[in-house]
Amino acid sequence: MTDAIPEFRKSQSGAGVGLAGVSLAAGTGARTRKEIAIIILVAVIVIGGLEVLLRWFEVPHYILPPPSAIMAALVKEFPLLLPHLRDTLICLFAGFGIGASIGLVLAAVVTQKPFVEKVITPYILILVTTPMLALVPLLILRFGFGYSPRIIAVALAAGPMVMINAATGFRRTDSAKIALARSYGASVLQIFWKIRAPMAMPMILVGLMIGAIFGLLTCVGAEMVGGGFGLGNRLTTYSSMINMPEFFAVIMILSIMGILLYVLFFLIGKKWASWEA
Amino acid sequence: MAAATEGARLSIRGAGKRYGDLQAIADVSLDVGHNTIVSIVGPSGCGKTTLLWSMSGLHGLSEGQVQLDGQTITGPHPDIGLVFQEANLLPWRNLMQNILFPWEVKRQKPDMAWINHLLDRVGLKGFETRMPRELSGGMQQRASIVRALSLRPSVLLMDEPFGALDAFTREEMNRLVEEIWLETKTTIVFITHSIEEAIFLSDRVLVLSKRPGRVIADYPVPFVRPRSLKTMASREVFDLTNRIKADIYGQTTLRAAAE
Ligand SMILES: Nc1ncnc2c1ncn2[C@@H]1O[C@H](COP(=O)(O)OP(=O)(O)O)[C@@H](O)[C@H]1O
Ligand SMILES: [Mg+2]
Repeated sequence: MTDAIPEFRKSQSGAGVGLAGVSLAAGTGARTRKEIAIIILVAVIVIGGLEVLLRWFEVPHYILPPPSAIMAALVKEFPLLLPHLRDTLICLFAGFGIGASIGLVLAAVVTQKPFVEKVITPYILILVTTPMLALVPLLILRFGFGYSPRIIAVALAAGPMVMINAATGFRRTDSAKIALARSYGASVLQIFWKIRAPMAMPMILVGLMIGAIFGLLTCVGAEMVGGGFGLGNRLTTYSSMINMPEFFAVIMILSIMGILLYVLFFLIGKKWASWEA
Repeated sequence: MAAATEGARLSIRGAGKRYGDLQAIADVSLDVGHNTIVSIVGPSGCGKTTLLWSMSGLHGLSEGQVQLDGQTITGPHPDIGLVFQEANLLPWRNLMQNILFPWEVKRQKPDMAWINHLLDRVGLKGFETRMPRELSGGMQQRASIVRALSLRPSVLLMDEPFGALDAFTREEMNRLVEEIWLETKTTIVFITHSIEEAIFLSDRVLVLSKRPGRVIADYPVPFVRPRSLKTMASREVFDLTNRIKADIYGQTTLRAAAE
């Protein structure tokens, strides 16, 4: 018997390609009032300390504006940034949705046939390791300055990441569990949905999390390369005008997006993959 | 091919199974009578699981055939229940969801009255929503037995079900199997590497040789049930144990000791 809160952990990921150290286990949530109080206190000290230090040493705003200036810029510019935030989200979700779906389907299909997997894996590895940002200028040449080159870049960045991790999950076949299902006359589809998929779920979620974060990075990068909209475009615009508080306000929005993605998959993992603790 | 023995439920004739070049079992013939418990013992790797899976229809044979009530088994059969080595519960389902798994696969409405009776019988009432990792090894194996029995199979094949349990839990589980057998009158084929367990439970003990496995001995176990501690400590049980050991190890010293 265990009384520990189930913790969702990325375990035995040896074969998966992922971000070293990115694990779904980081930080169990705060539990007691005391813990929450300490967390808030530390945040106040860090942010307040930064504010005091930057003012004390009279660090110029174009190097690092104090937190108060960034917050003020964030509040002031937020209505103007909102459409750009929407553009970034569209590009991220469309690209990630397409890439992740293809990645998941490919992983599920390819792992059924070890030989096919051997043939296809090198190409997936090339896709995983190629920085898709490098392709953006080419994509812009071909598709123009709209959403499509960005969506393609995000899909290319997220898809292979999802695929390679999901494949690791689907490869974790447990012949006894499959035999169990077969002994009750389960069909190939039933075996897939009731055994293989749940067994792969922890690795699938790791892949989705890393893929989403890679997708966000690629999306913002692509927006910085070309086109007149999106948060990445705001970054280039503000920095060229040396509007540093606004620049950092955008950075803050992006960090919060990244953290929200992480938390989202962490919570999904807690719900659907906590059995693997 | 010889006809199945009259009155046998399960009948195996000339069974052989190869994995590529590896001959796992060779020319195994045996019959299992109605409402009996037959144990199969043999050295590890001799093909016990291979034989049991063939009986369950999970995989086919290279030679020979398996018949249930005169019908050749060609695939998983609804009358045959299988309890796997280790509990083999699905870790992402709680206990009740694990027990309902076969019903889900078969798209049948579960017989909840029977399932609840079984859970009560094996002492798992109240644990329905626990996840497998929250259960002890013995509880997990009991859950897997309930899962197999829930479909009311008339033949139950058990593959070293208690091999991973400690000695006390194991004895408890043996008594449980006997009680369940008395209640359900299922025909049971029980694979084990514990000779004591085999003698305690069975009407017959079959001994398989080293790989490729074949039946090298077939001992009736005549002691009255339920077999008490006194029976299990008796001279007869001791002698039978030694004879089986001698068959397995093929050691003359042991055989001499038994005689
Ligand atoms: N699917 C398989 N493919 C190849 N060899 C196998 C397979 N299953 C079992 N074997 C081999 O067949 C032999 C018998 O295995 P098994 O029936 O599991 O033995 P036991 O249950 O008596 O320990 C072993 O040598 C094992 O390695
Ligand atoms: Mg075995």
